[in-house]
Amino acid sequence: MSALLEIENLGKRFGGLQAVSSLGFTVREGEILGLIGPNGAGKSTVFNLINGVFAPDAGRVRFRDADITGAAPFRVAQLGLARTHQIVQPFASMTVLENCTVGACFGRENLPLPRAREAAREAVVLVGLEDRIDEPALHLTIAGKKRLELARALAARPALLMLDEVLAGLNPTEVARMIAIVRSIRERGVAILMIEHLMQAIMSLSDRIVVLNSGRKLSEGLPAEVARDPAVVEAYLGDPGLVQGAPR
Amino acid sequence: MADALRRPFFWIIGLAIAAFAGAPLGHDVELRESLLLAAVYITLASNLNMMLGYAGYVNFGSIVFFGLGGYFCVYFMGTLGWGLLPSVLVGGVAVSVLALLFGLGILRLRGIHFALATIGVNEAVMAFVTNFQPWGGSTGIYLSTGLFQPLGGPAQALWTVYYLLVAIMGLSLYLSYFVKSSKFGMGLLAIGQNEDAAAVLGVPAPRYKALAYSASAFLPAIAGGLYFFKGAFIQPADAFDLTLSTEAIVITMLGGQGTIFGPALGAYLYEELRGWLLTSQTFANFQLVVAGALLLVIVLFAPGGLMGLFYRRWPRLRRILE
Repeated sequence: MSALLEIENLGKRFGGLQAVSSLGFTVREGEILGLIGPNGAGKSTVFNLINGVFAPDAGRVRFRDADITGAAPFRVAQLGLARTHQIVQPFASMTVLENCTVGACFGRENLPLPRAREAAREAVVLVGLEDRIDEPALHLTIAGKKRLELARALAARPALLMLDEVLAGLNPTEVARMIAIVRSIRERGVAILMIEHLMQAIMSLSDRIVVLNSGRKLSEGLPAEVARDPAVVEAYLGDPGLVQGAPR
Repeated sequence: MADALRRPFFWIIGLAIAAFAGAPLGHDVELRESLLLAAVYITLASNLNMMLGYAGYVNFGSIVFFGLGGYFCVYFMGTLGWGLLPSVLVGGVAVSVLALLFGLGILRLRGIHFALATIGVNEAVMAFVTNFQPWGGSTGIYLSTGLFQPLGGPAQALWTVYYLLVAIMGLSLYLSYFVKSSKFGMGLLAIGQNEDAAAVLGVPAPRYKALAYSASAFLPAIAGGLYFFKGAFIQPADAFDLTLSTEAIVITMLGGQGTIFGPALGAYLYEELRGWLLTSQTFANFQLVVAGALLLVIVLFAPGGLMGLFYRRWPRLRRILE
């Protein structure tokens, strides 16, 4: 499989804190790559560096053979890289459909409005929000807003989708539903880079895992390999979920 | 376009234009003057609404477009000897281009900082014009009444100006509709709701904001040209009067920011209220106190304005009108 997203030697410093340093990894076409690490490891910062919310101090980001290092977020989105936010950011007084239409008409395919509405409708159905389609986003529950966040990113028909803790704050039923949605997105050929704290979920969803600690790459490999890595177990000491959740 | 003909808004705006054009029936001058001010208010508020209501950027200095449009027109006519139509049109284009340049600069700012910068733009332009001798400096420019002759003399010229202002008002309403129902408008509304999230979804926010700022300058600049031609006199204190900017904000909030008809409804009601307050001795020059109180009440109790209240009461209405 060829590389879709390549990150080389990425670095970012906030004041005295080296948030990310010499980080490199690759996301291949069609795969799910899990990005895990303890709180404060720099996972969300990595997302922000990739999609241009922050410009990196060092290193390069290449997406579909184009250098997008430090490019503005809207350009990155137009190239086909969509993301969700850890803290949901809906357009509160726009309806579910309108929220997704924005994703569809400004994302990768740059669709005209009527066709964007069709793409948006498909995305809404895919995440199972069709019964709330004409309601303002602010009326949704937190689980609904998380699914909206996902639908909006998906409506752009991206080549790569970055998911920032889409499972956080959901109850077990909602988690199971969201996992099924993520799987169905992958089946459509969309590559996924996801940050997740729910070990069992990310271990079973991901093809490969990258472990981050204090802004550096601690380990990389298949979920089972990563779970057995002594350095990873040490970083997660006291988090037995990692070991229990790992496929053997 | 053919689709637009089937939409109610198209005919409602048409009716409003016909009512404005027909009401004074070519002889009721007092009614005409009141409706002329209403048409100016509607033009200012509808265009302000594209920044304030759609993109969520408070422009406190929107009057600078009106004033500059006035200056360009008066200068082109009085000094260069151009006709009325080329003067207002070239003035409108010139102000739009200037707005684009200002916009690219100050639209990096957000929230309160942007609002302050828009006041700064108005004050800076006023200070410049006050010291700019080709435009008469602080004393301003008088137009010779001879300039009314090509339009059939002063009396006929005032009617022509009135009809042109009503046309500009109608164009402002149509522009509001077409922007709101376009992809461009969808991007502006997304920016207004959450600019960072919009950018992450691919909305080219810097370009869209600058375009909206520039587009919202064009028709007010033409209205300014017509308005100051009608008065045959322009001076900095009238052209760049922040009072009118503030009134445009009150009007937009009163009618309902972000809606298509809100600014028009607000403008008409405000002009009626102003007329009534001006004629009543006890309340002379009291309209600004009322405007301030109105703004407080709206922001506190009805942030969606009158149209917001109507749409909440009758949700079907939104689907028909928007």
